[in-house]
Amino acid sequence: MSEAAANQASESYLSRGWRLRDWLFTTDHKRVAWLYTVSITAFFFLGGLAALVIRLELITPEGDVVSADAYNQLFTIHGVVMVWFFLIPSIPNTLGNFLLPLMVGAKDLAFPKLNIISWYIYTIGGVFTIAAVITSGVDTGWTFYTPYSTQYADRAVVAALTGVFVVGFSSILTGINFIVTTHKMRAPGLTWFRLPLFVWANYATSLVMVLATPVLSATLILLILERMLGIGIFDPALGGDPILFQHLFWFYSHPAVYIMILPGMGVVSELITCFSRKTVFGYHGMAISILAITVFGFLVWGHHMFVSGQSLYAGLMFSFFTFLVALPSAIKTFNWTATLYKGKLIFSAVMIYALSFVGLFTIGGFTGIFLASLAVDVHVHDTYFVVAHFHYIMVGGMVTAYLGGLHFWWPKMTGRMYPEIWAKVAALALFIGFNLTFFPQYLMGYAGMPRRYQTYPEDFQILHVMSSLGAGVLAIGYLLPLVYLLWSLRWGKRAPPNPWRAAGLEWRTDSPPPKHNFLEPQTVTGPPYDYDTIDNK
Amino acid sequence: MTTTPSTTSKAAPDEQFDDLTQQRQADLMGMWIFLATELMLFGGIFTAFTVYRFAYPEVFAEAATHLDLKLGTFNTALLVTSSLFMALAERAVNAGQRRKTLAFLFVTIGIGVVFLGIKGYEWHHEYTEKLMPILGLAFEYPGAHPDRAEMFFNFYYVLTGLHAVHMSLGLVTLSVMVVFTWRWRDPSRLGRQIQINGLYWAFVDVVWVFIFTTQYLLRA
Amino acid sequence: MNDEVAPYLPEVEKGLHLIPTQATEHAGQLDHLYFALVGASAIILLMVVGLIAFFGFRYRAGNKAADRSNLPSTRTENRVEIAVLAAMLVAFMGFFAWATTLYLDSYRGPEPAMTIDVIGKQWMWKIQHPDGTREINAIHVPVDEVIRLRVTSQDVIHSFFVPAFRLKRDVVPGTEKTAWFKATEPGEYRLFCAEYCGSFHSRMLGKVVVMDRGDYQAWLTRQGSGQTLASAGKQLFQAHGCSGCHMGKSNARAPSLDGLYGRSVALDSGEVILADEAYIRDSILQPDKHIAAGYEPIMPSFAGQLSEEDILRIVTYIKSLQPGDWVKESVKENEGESR
Repeated sequence: MSEAAANQASESYLSRGWRLRDWLFTTDHKRVAWLYTVSITAFFFLGGLAALVIRLELITPEGDVVSADAYNQLFTIHGVVMVWFFLIPSIPNTLGNFLLPLMVGAKDLAFPKLNIISWYIYTIGGVFTIAAVITSGVDTGWTFYTPYSTQYADRAVVAALTGVFVVGFSSILTGINFIVTTHKMRAPGLTWFRLPLFVWANYATSLVMVLATPVLSATLILLILERMLGIGIFDPALGGDPILFQHLFWFYSHPAVYIMILPGMGVVSELITCFSRKTVFGYHGMAISILAITVFGFLVWGHHMFVSGQSLYAGLMFSFFTFLVALPSAIKTFNWTATLYKGKLIFSAVMIYALSFVGLFTIGGFTGIFLASLAVDVHVHDTYFVVAHFHYIMVGGMVTAYLGGLHFWWPKMTGRMYPEIWAKVAALALFIGFNLTFFPQYLMGYAGMPRRYQTYPEDFQILHVMSSLGAGVLAIGYLLPLVYLLWSLRWGKRAPPNPWRAAGLEWRTDSPPPKHNFLEPQTVTGPPYDYDTIDNK
Repeated sequence: MTTTPSTTSKAAPDEQFDDLTQQRQADLMGMWIFLATELMLFGGIFTAFTVYRFAYPEVFAEAATHLDLKLGTFNTALLVTSSLFMALAERAVNAGQRRKTLAFLFVTIGIGVVFLGIKGYEWHHEYTEKLMPILGLAFEYPGAHPDRAEMFFNFYYVLTGLHAVHMSLGLVTLSVMVVFTWRWRDPSRLGRQIQINGLYWAFVDVVWVFIFTTQYLLRA
Repeated sequence: MNDEVAPYLPEVEKGLHLIPTQATEHAGQLDHLYFALVGASAIILLMVVGLIAFFGFRYRAGNKAADRSNLPSTRTENRVEIAVLAAMLVAFMGFFAWATTLYLDSYRGPEPAMTIDVIGKQWMWKIQHPDGTREINAIHVPVDEVIRLRVTSQDVIHSFFVPAFRLKRDVVPGTEKTAWFKATEPGEYRLFCAEYCGSFHSRMLGKVVVMDRGDYQAWLTRQGSGQTLASAGKQLFQAHGCSGCHMGKSNARAPSLDGLYGRSVALDSGEVILADEAYIRDSILQPDKHIAAGYEPIMPSFAGQLSEEDILRIVTYIKSLQPGDWVKESVKENEGESR
């Protein structure tokens, strides 16, 4: 190779190619990760805006901020956007896209073109749905329960369903890409039980994406056909069963919860080990737990239907498996805590995010046990208790992990450091704001406050006001990082290749990495998280 | 690094792979996983069908007799034959026989088109019989319990329609393969592509066998 | 605004109760389970947070004095994991058994004193008492009696939710579910729709009024409904021509229905089925589903022709028939004719 070519090869992936088409037609996984980051951030703030209006409305018991229909459309937008356009793609398609090839020592994903195509599918599907929802309003809730969605809801239900259906393909393509990359493109010496837990988590997530998403696609096709062509598969008048829709829907949507949380678990394992300067407690147990969650996650969908009238024995089985699926999560929580034992703990902003995750996930997980308990679920099903539970997992867990991961790998992705002090402020605001928003919702749930209510008995007002106040603090926790991370792109300190002295292949290359990730092929000779060796060097 | 477009006909893997074997394995694995997703897609609908088939066994069995078993059987035979030619095309391309590959691909596509033609004729026939409960068309079912029978026909159109969409996509990609074979630029890459198309075609074939069994054969 | 929407929030159960009023025995039992769960999770949460705080202080990077030697071996790690797993499994199975027992009890009720029909409709609750009394968005029931509810929906899925009873049941169109409760405290309790059902979901509210036995009777008398459910059902039975075949007044042959309820019926398919409410309902709406042995499947479906209230009335009528009722009736009629 000539010297000029060698120089070019060692340049960072960001150093040249700043015309629009260099980004829009890129196949570089690192650039696609950025495209995803931009889209996802836009969707996140849109969904957050809807949530903010909802919280404003709920400050008073009367419906005085928006109309009843507008309220229903708002929580539909919030649910659809946050579930499908933010939570599901968030960690896999941003951090995962950027890091998976780096962590396995590959030059790119196995199918770079599919990768960029999946971004187009995702963005176009998402924008299409938003346009439909905003111009004509959809008020079915993100769950699209029949027969409301098929026969009673008017307006753009078909458009919304089509958008979600289209976005499903981007999940499938990402899943295929990640699975094949993990199987076929690992560096020499990188055996399965030397993989970082982040790779394990994304691999398991991809399995769920690939196996569950098509069932959602099938279900959405049936709904679309019922609305457009009158092919009534769930129509009670033809002997159709609305509960069958729920079975098909939750067969996807419960495993989808694991699509959302598993990558977060992977991120946190990386963060905690690095800032404890120590290998993870029980690496094998952690990896096996991820697989166990994946498998059991497919057997628990019926726990969304304990009061819907499925057979008592079905309910019993689903409850049983739900208790079982909690076991590996409990092990993981225990192991994260035990990892701190005899470490050298550094309380950086990233570590605060990671430890917040552990605390909030524990609360979310335990209230999951409440919901798995059949008799308790009968009382709290479809109340704010459920709302609080899944926000503790999805926001307290997933979003916290996402932000923690984003900070941790920010120097690698951008080549810049962010201001640590502001990051700490944001992390604390997030933790406090989150608890203030969602803990009161547990209380009002057991007290009997049903969800998706625009107006409510005034006794609940005090709790709703606390929740809305918390949402304000939470918003600060989200807006701050947006500001100082963007600021750091221009004014942040330049980052060395490995600012945290972290283990993992991605830290062996420059920050930001060159186009083909590594200048020379990587080999792996030992287990992951070998912080003893790094610190004693 | 600016990539120079490869003008040489020498077989080289894409830049993210180390060698051709790795690329071939990765491509095939990707296709198999994709077929798994397709299986789950059809599996969802077949599950729904099974639920109703057990709920209303007599009506569904009776409704199935209103489908054309002869044409269905003939179509099944056609599709299995086309898979044979698809396999022959795979063999031919790996043996480097351009003309044979082209011929086999043409036969496969031809049979596929005939299949869709017959399917279309069947649909038209059912339309004239007023057995098409779509878009508010009149549904005049001669047997007992027309509402439950309508449910059967709903599934019939969903399944055969979805299958026809998959067939059409397969025909499009096979036509692209014809163009690539015509040009014969990178036989090693072409071999991979045709093998992957063959997998897809076989899958579409297998799905049809299930549709044929559940819709046509499970009759009173 | 739709004028069928309840214009008020029922003025009942004022004040914030983090543990809602316990108006049934089940409510008290469930709260015990809830407290146990809260206690168990609080202990574990405190352990996790406590450990994080303790390790965080002890092993902070600045503390050079901490003993960091002798890290646990992989073997030890595995043993600890298995111990934690086993402890959690035992705790979880305990909660599973407890919660499931309560759940099954809350479904399989004792013999009910009366059955009340609840029909959900966008955005109101319609109630029918056995004596034909009807009310909207309110259910009056006597205290200390086992009340059985038959719940169904006329349009979309709703959910019948009374927090004070810890009772919730989805109300699904095309199917009929049952629920039961035995209120122990007179009073007024909130009734919510818990399953999202469209524009005015949050105003689909009502109340359950639990009254002393005497007050309840007085209330019933004041309502003064003309006709019991069963007799209304009988009229419908005749008006829709059911009696024509089933009472042998036309040429078509159909099984007699007196004494049907609770009997085992032999089916054409060779199976035997218990004639419960679901069976009677299915036979009206999907006559082909279970064909009685020895009869032709000639009965048309009445799906779409009968409102949910009417179906419940006819089912009540058929349930009320004792063996031999029809024979007596036709004897009476014949006597009438011959006079």
